[in-house]
Amino acid sequence: MSGYTSTTDADRAAMLAAIGVDSVEELFDGVPAEVRMDRPLDLPDGLTEAEVYGRMRELASRNADAESEICFLGAGMYDHYVPAIVDAITSRSEFLTPYTPYQPEISQGGLQVMFEFQTAMTELTGLPLSSAGLYEGPSTVAAAAYLAIGATKRRGLVVSQGLHPDSRETVRTYAAGFPADVTEVPLVDGVTDADALAAAIGEDTAAVFVQYPSFVGGVEDLERLAAIVHDAGALLVASCDPIALGILRTPGECGVDIAVGEGQPLGNRLDFGGPSFGFFCATEEQIRRMPGRIAGETTDVDGRRGFVLALQTREQHIRREKATHNICTAQALNALGGIIYLSWLGARGMVELGELLVRRTAYAKGRLAAIDGVELLHDAPVVREFAITFDADVEGVLEHCASRGIAAGVPLDLEYGNGLLIAITEQRTKEHIDLLADALAEAVGAAAAGNGAGGSAEAAVAGGVS
Amino acid sequence: MSSAPPTSAAIETPMQRDRATTIFERSVEGRRAAAIPAAGVPQEETPIEELIPAGLLRSQPARLPEISEPEIVRHYNRISRRNFDLDSGIYPLGSCTMKHNPRLNERVAALPGHARLHPAQHPARAQGALELMWSLERALSEICGLPHVSLQPSAGSHGELAGLLLTRAFHAAHGEEEQRTQVLTPDTAHGTNPASVTMAGYEVVKVATNEEGGVDLDDLRAKADERTACLMLTNPNTLGLFDGNIAEITGIVREAGGTLYYDGANLNAIMGHSRPGDMGFDIVHVNLHKSFSQPHGGGGPGSGPIAVSERIEPFLPIPRIERVEPSNGGPPRFELRGSAEHPGSIGRLRGFQGNFGVFVRSYAYILSLGGNGLAEASETAVLNANYLLARMREGRAGKYLPVAFDRRPMHEFVLSGTGAKKELGVKTLDIAKRLLDHGMHPPTVYFPLLVDEALMVEPTETEARESLDRLADAFESILAEAEEDPEILRNAPYTTPVRRLDEVKATRQPVVRQPLTD
Amino acid sequence: MAEASYPEDLRYHPEHDWARVDGEEATFGITWYAQDSLGDVVFFDPPEVGATVTKDEPYTEVESVKAVSDVIAPLSGEITAVNEAADTNPELINTDPYGEGWMVKVKLSDPSELDSLLDSAAYRDLLD
Repeated sequence: MSGYTSTTDADRAAMLAAIGVDSVEELFDGVPAEVRMDRPLDLPDGLTEAEVYGRMRELASRNADAESEICFLGAGMYDHYVPAIVDAITSRSEFLTPYTPYQPEISQGGLQVMFEFQTAMTELTGLPLSSAGLYEGPSTVAAAAYLAIGATKRRGLVVSQGLHPDSRETVRTYAAGFPADVTEVPLVDGVTDADALAAAIGEDTAAVFVQYPSFVGGVEDLERLAAIVHDAGALLVASCDPIALGILRTPGECGVDIAVGEGQPLGNRLDFGGPSFGFFCATEEQIRRMPGRIAGETTDVDGRRGFVLALQTREQHIRREKATHNICTAQALNALGGIIYLSWLGARGMVELGELLVRRTAYAKGRLAAIDGVELLHDAPVVREFAITFDADVEGVLEHCASRGIAAGVPLDLEYGNGLLIAITEQRTKEHIDLLADALAEAVGAAAAGNGAGGSAEAAVAGGVS
Repeated sequence: MSSAPPTSAAIETPMQRDRATTIFERSVEGRRAAAIPAAGVPQEETPIEELIPAGLLRSQPARLPEISEPEIVRHYNRISRRNFDLDSGIYPLGSCTMKHNPRLNERVAALPGHARLHPAQHPARAQGALELMWSLERALSEICGLPHVSLQPSAGSHGELAGLLLTRAFHAAHGEEEQRTQVLTPDTAHGTNPASVTMAGYEVVKVATNEEGGVDLDDLRAKADERTACLMLTNPNTLGLFDGNIAEITGIVREAGGTLYYDGANLNAIMGHSRPGDMGFDIVHVNLHKSFSQPHGGGGPGSGPIAVSERIEPFLPIPRIERVEPSNGGPPRFELRGSAEHPGSIGRLRGFQGNFGVFVRSYAYILSLGGNGLAEASETAVLNANYLLARMREGRAGKYLPVAFDRRPMHEFVLSGTGAKKELGVKTLDIAKRLLDHGMHPPTVYFPLLVDEALMVEPTETEARESLDRLADAFESILAEAEEDPEILRNAPYTTPVRRLDEVKATRQPVVRQPLTD
Repeated sequence: MAEASYPEDLRYHPEHDWARVDGEEATFGITWYAQDSLGDVVFFDPPEVGATVTKDEPYTEVESVKAVSDVIAPLSGEITAVNEAADTNPELINTDPYGEGWMVKVKLSDPSELDSLLDSAAYRDLLD
């Protein structure tokens, strides 16, 4: 008997007697022999708690995490400090262990969290509606594509190259089913090429997708893009970095119809990519097409304030094949981390954090651009992320930096250039940036001298895996 | 607790007296929790407009709460108590598998090597994570009886969408994409099934249920043809019944040229006893948040890995994990592979590698139980459901809440509240609401749709016998109460933080955010 | 309205819809039974004027908090008017299903279809 069940032999005997069968085996009689397993599962025997901990600790030790390296990796997920209160509150049984709030009378905590989360996200995006949370970033972009196709009855999707490659790929994967056609427009100097965009939009364009700031860090002029997109009767979707929304003009103010994004930067762990949450905000016009759960305020029979799942007829459990989306999950626990983090930062902290990032990123940009052989990919304004290019082999540069205890950046896809995407958080100090600059100068300089930073490859791997 | 008077408006519990206040309403100008460090760079004093043009900046800060740390902790601690949770009592929600969430899993997920590992870390420096994912893939492959696995889908419904896009790619590769436009689903299916079908660009064709609660074979034969892209099925189905005709069912659809999709929502009934692959399925999604103990978190996160047959494998989402044996006999390496190595792939379904934190918890769970432990978990889940059903056949529950489709269930069963509705004038909803006053979560109600006034009960293996007895006793006492005075049920609950809520108002005049003032 | 009623001057479709026929014009709505089973109606999406409706086929949807229901056309024709008031105040469908809660007015294309509909007594028999 595993420690996760409570059934003793005596319990089992009494229960079988109550059922009126002789053995547990008999309860499986409805499973025909032809589909019964005739052997045990080929998996190891169960381990004790301490043994499992040891095994998992050993696996974890073979990862170079942001605690053991100086991490400049970004591309949608960032090494922000997660305050201790996030762990303390999200690990409470009352938040950790319930299901979706189908019984609102005993789920007021979770429903209120959703309501607060929705409020905070509408504040950040400047749009009046917010879902309670979707899976994560790129699939939320695809959810916006599905909404746009339903809303406009058109079949064309235009994606900027400034949209994260994962998001573009996800939209393409989903589009095979909708179905929809996906066309791409290039960047010019780090932001979407407005002329190419205007040329790419047609009367069958349902929506245009950009990222704010762009994948390579450039801050888009959303208002200008919105005018072009709306002229053609299409919707503008912006996939946003929620931290950058603390200081940038809101998508709502710029005329964006749907603002989505990856929520990890808001109080969620890196977790090698998930779980986190996606956010989805839109104009009032889309209220009946929103994907996912939405909490709404109401009163109980005695007039007390309370919260319920609102507008449920949009959802799969009621509308079935006509639902606005198939999603059932709200990433409620991750969204709770998000609203705690935003409360912890507060109105002023949000702005201070954004400004800190802008200043440190400006410093980092200047510092790296000054290195011989390193160029900035673009000159567009940036908040917390930017891209550099160089001639040296990217793998070699990364390995050299890893040997100095630095995760230098995310390799750029070749469509952008040979180089790295570099992200700054409040955990990356001036000293860290200086160390990165030194390591990059060595790696790029060595490569330029024909020495090849790859020479230190093996040492780098060994050194990186602490 | 259970005998609160029907008119309790005047007698408020302390929790009820404590009216809901949002974090925004607790905001007091000037308070704060976080301290943001100085930039510490030469640009410290540079006006921000010199770094980003003023036209691109916010005109006013986001109106987030201004609140101190102790006030945040009090706020969320206070509202957490307005939730019922699995650690407080039985939570027999049918089809949701509310089993115990081992705390070891939380501990190992929080190790910095997992929690602070960046998803774009170079694979050479994330070998532990990739090995963990590969090992979990192998374990799920063995449990499902299918050779290949992708962990990428974020939840069950995401796995369904993946499975249907795989189906589309499979038929396209055989020149039959245009022809195969229909997906067969039984009328007992979860709502996500038909919703996923539409998102994947297919048409839903419903297959009838026979008198035994299984797939109506004649109806299936009539509907499976050259237009069939796929059959989506749960077995045991949403009635908790194992369909003994399963080999014939999958044979009919395979013969017609369709793929076979297994919704793994009910996998907890059969782990180590029967495998979807052996039943003839091509694609299975596994809800790690159901059978594999990931906490439900109040509605997420989850994870919905898919296991597939050889014929579906070429189309699996990327990136995929490959175990590479070095020629020099050294330890194996784990690599991420993309479209270069897998040109037939449907592509990505989301960012990065999936919900890794969930993989850690579920892998820890599988290590803890082992193969035999998983089989035993399913046995106990089935034992518990059958025992609870035996108890529910007694007394008033047996009289007013007869079991729908009277066969031996697996891990869950469905009762019909038609008797209670006709003879006592109380609906299933009223009974469910009265259970709240007993400190128990009600079963799933009004699902599956083909059972009138349905109550779908899944106790899971982690409930102790006495906990099942208490639930059966609560039903008995509630039905006895209804015989005396059905009004008590119609007005329940009485003791919860709020009582019945006006859902009509919430939908006719939706208030879905807090109105804020400057 | 609290009490079930099935006016004698209407014709009924077995899918719980009614038609009030006046020459070649007819008004459609849902029956007392339909609105009662649905519960409080929260949304009615009026179709377009000029759209064609076909007997036995859905022409719009009504929603309660937890259900969506297709509304079936009892007769065929072209929509000449829709009840905008029920769009704004969907509760009219509950409070006055045969009056202010009407849904569409239709110019009939085949008045002979009327013969296949039920009268009040036959519809009540169906409900029992």
